[in-house]
Amino acid sequence: MRLTVDHVTCYRYAAPVRGVVQSHRLTPSVFEGQTVLDWKVTVSDGLQGGSFRDGAGDRISAWSVIGPVSEILVQVTGTVDTRDLAGVLRGHRETVRPEVYLRDTLPTRVDTALVDLSEAAEGADGPLDAAHRLSAAVAEAITYRPGVTEAHTTAAEALGLGEGVCQDHAHALIAIARHRGMPARYVSGYLFADAGGKAHEAAHAWAEIWLPGLGWVGFDPANACCPDERYIRLASGFDAQDAAPIRGIARGPGAETMAVRVAVCTQGQQQEQQ
Amino acid sequence: MTTYFNEMYDNGAVRAPYARLEDWMRHMPAELRQMKQAEAETLFRRIGITFAVYGEGGDPDRLIPFDMFPRVFTAPEWTRLERGIKQRARALNMFLADVYGRGEIVKAGRIPARLVYENEAYEKAVVGFVPPKGVYSHIVGIDLVRTGPDEFFVLEDNCRTPSGVSYMLENREIMMRMFPDLFRENRIQPVDSYSERLRRTLASVAPAKCTGEPRVVLLTPGHFNSAYYEHSFLADLMGVELVEGQDLFVEGEFVWMRTTEGPKKVDVIYRRIDDAFIDPLCFRPDSMLGVPGLMDVYRSGGVAICSAPGAGVADDKAVYTFVPEMVRFYLGEEPILNNVPTWQCGKSDDLKYVLDNLPELVVKEVHGSGGYGMLVGPKSTKAEVEAFRLKILDDPDNYIAQPTLALSTTPTFVAEGIAPRHVDLRPYCLVGESIDLVPGALTRVALKDGSLVVNSSQGGGVKDTWVLAE
Repeated sequence: MRLTVDHVTCYRYAAPVRGVVQSHRLTPSVFEGQTVLDWKVTVSDGLQGGSFRDGAGDRISAWSVIGPVSEILVQVTGTVDTRDLAGVLRGHRETVRPEVYLRDTLPTRVDTALVDLSEAAEGADGPLDAAHRLSAAVAEAITYRPGVTEAHTTAAEALGLGEGVCQDHAHALIAIARHRGMPARYVSGYLFADAGGKAHEAAHAWAEIWLPGLGWVGFDPANACCPDERYIRLASGFDAQDAAPIRGIARGPGAETMAVRVAVCTQGQQQEQQ
Repeated sequence: MTTYFNEMYDNGAVRAPYARLEDWMRHMPAELRQMKQAEAETLFRRIGITFAVYGEGGDPDRLIPFDMFPRVFTAPEWTRLERGIKQRARALNMFLADVYGRGEIVKAGRIPARLVYENEAYEKAVVGFVPPKGVYSHIVGIDLVRTGPDEFFVLEDNCRTPSGVSYMLENREIMMRMFPDLFRENRIQPVDSYSERLRRTLASVAPAKCTGEPRVVLLTPGHFNSAYYEHSFLADLMGVELVEGQDLFVEGEFVWMRTTEGPKKVDVIYRRIDDAFIDPLCFRPDSMLGVPGLMDVYRSGGVAICSAPGAGVADDKAVYTFVPEMVRFYLGEEPILNNVPTWQCGKSDDLKYVLDNLPELVVKEVHGSGGYGMLVGPKSTKAEVEAFRLKILDDPDNYIAQPTLALSTTPTFVAEGIAPRHVDLRPYCLVGESIDLVPGALTRVALKDGSLVVNSSQGGGVKDTWVLAE
């Protein structure tokens, strides 16, 4: 599937700031499931810093903006050919050992309810089946509903609420997979949603679980499936914050507001979401 | 009854390194001694060196007691120690290069993968990145104890930012000022080149993108930090800028320092801030102490950070057990310095042994420091031992145990005159383009009679440490 991405993030500061520094993971991953045809990231008045591929295989690019500045636009545009690999991250070059992703972080720490949820994998026919069962259990336990959770909500809190968004689904799945000794990580990316899909999830997140023999395999409890040709993978991490496509900080007291617009379309189709 | 090795007396006879001190000691009347002790305290207060060693916390304005009786090593004794310390520092750095690279030691089954890759101190962010000159730990502080004329044991390694070296330098300075005669009568190797050697070590790991003379800075968390005195002291001696996070910023491919003459590019950062706080864009986002974007500059070769982020995985108390194995694996040599035998309470066989022998053992928390939360079996009451037993059973993984070592003693000035007190030793090994060690170290002394705990928070003091010339 040929997908085009148009992703704009606008940062506004109540008072001009002296400067802004950002760290981007905004480049599609290199693996057999996706081929980049063209890709461009620009930062208004931005100075590009170092760019490198880290041990997890993500392309990291540093940017800085010299102030005073009161508005910054980060624009991502590009076209990617995608293939359905049933979630398997085949041909991805990385050197971080899977065991590293057994470590929990605050948003992925289990509580008793998550431990109970992890029992969905009992009696599973091997790790792949176990992973599918865990993903299904999360999908069932946390109903998709925007607005009830926020950026700092933990997996345990989201499960307690029984509602959340893709970030909460991913955190919950990661938490219970790790609890069962399966390395798991957070993945950020884009999702093309067709007419029947959940439109607001164009900037998407899911989980990957490491399975012996298969390596890293994606699971998207929010959509009860494995990532396929509708998905573009950007980066991974222990949790949402660690895998964030943009991490940045402004020098100066001006309060920051952010607006995001993401559109993922197939060729010849104009579909835009706010 | 345990017998302790006395570094000065061997069956009543004075051991060679202390020969001249015997005379000095005998000719020091009590009044003179008290006067000198008061003088030393005034000098320490004046220079403001009142911080707690090794981040032990406690009252920041409390003076750590200085004992005027020096601790002495002969040149041959030191030569062997030096070889052992350098060997260990080299192996620790090779281990770090390995576990952030191909992980051969894990693949070879010489250390459990879990201990390395699931370790809190293992930084995913630097996997595959090779720091300048391949060095991770640039200042390796190795804590040693002595139990006999030739028996030394390593208690722990400090690969991140070991503190206390300012005491080594100040103790010497003050001794020379107060007892100049001693330094004429004894041929004591100087330690004052440490700061210049440290500066050279740091400059030697400037990144490839640095052209010309590297600019080194010392990054401190600030004046509220208990070791701030040491930060400013070292920066001053090295002739480099002492900076806080807010004095640095990232622009383009480099890190810059604000100065009155405009921004200056920084090439090497000797940081005295923990990994978690050095860059909110890579680690803790709420950190105000670090430099946003620093890790991206570092990982794209624009700046060196000493010690390298992630170096802490080598000095974890559980990883410690495997350091002799590292020496054999990377260097193909037998370790010159031995580890203290250590039982991991997380292993069921070890736990059984520990619980069966608790009154004889020292038990420590895996991530503890400063002598807190530990049990010294032979020095504890039955009730204390039993209370500790429950703590271990509650969370066995959190504890390691070691035999109670018969720490050597050296003569120490006490209220009643002179008496033997237990000591340890921390040398500071410098690792850059080459490995370097000044002939000296910090000696900590347990001032309480019979105490084996040398931590300043538990009544410990410090001594000048001499290495005699051949």
